Amino acid sequence: MKPKMDKPVLDRRVFVLGTGAVAAIAPFLTGKALAQAAPQAWEEALKRLVGEAQPTTDGRVTLDLPEIADNCNIVPFTISVESPMTEKEHVKAIHVISTANPLPNVATFRFTLLSGKASAGSRMRLAQTQEVIALAELNDGKFLMTRRQAKVAIGGCGSS
Amino acid sequence: MTRPRVRLPERASVGDVIEIRTVITHVMETGQRRDLDGKLVPRLIINSFTATFAGAEVFKAELNPAISANPYLAFYMRVPGPGEFEFTWTDDSGAKVAEKLRLNVV
Repeated sequence: MKPKMDKPVLDRRVFVLGTGAVAAIAPFLTGKALAQAAPQAWEEALKRLVGEAQPTTDGRVTLDLPEIADNCNIVPFTISVESPMTEKEHVKAIHVISTANPLPNVATFRFTLLSGKASAGSRMRLAQTQEVIALAELNDGKFLMTRRQAKVAIGGCGSS
Repeated sequence: MTRPRVRLPERASVGDVIEIRTVITHVMETGQRRDLDGKLVPRLIINSFTATFAGAEVFKAELNPAISANPYLAFYMRVPGPGEFEFTWTDDSGAKVAEKLRLNVV
């Protein structure tokens, strides 16, 4: 059995249980634990983008990111969304969110019908090992999402 | 903010989906870093990029401090016909760099 590798790092249930547990024991702890019970910055950033919509994770969004970042200041990434990019059905934007950088929003890419392909790439900074989220905003108001983990070598960017 | 470099295919036909790759020299100062005196170094990043072709918008990017120095951007366009690209980078100081480039449509 090797479930460790396949397990999403931020499994919702684990997360909810985790925050619940923190909330339960929070009165006995210091400010640091209390801060963890509040929604994290990336969750708020995600919420601001999707509003009441529930993003689906059906595999139509691909986020390419190195599993281990050689240089955490320059981590290449590419996001592609399966879409015909027609007037009727197209991707309006792709948002990139970091779950553990000092600021959660990384970039927003906006597409047009001239784009032909809902794909974009850039390079980002990773303060520490974390999951990166790619959120695609469709023309019908729906959202598609995917997340991937990128590891940063010990002694990485967080301290610099 | 200098030296924008743009890579286009040497030639393209109408209807082709082509990749456009751009890079520009910029410090992309995050606003999170402290100098030797412990003072925060003010944020100075390229916060927006736009690409138009024959006057029509193709692609736009809104960038945040998590984007690496000398920002690289790659994206696509379905070639609508002959025309010229215009790429514009804008940073926090309001400085703009624009680059025009004709696409060789055969």
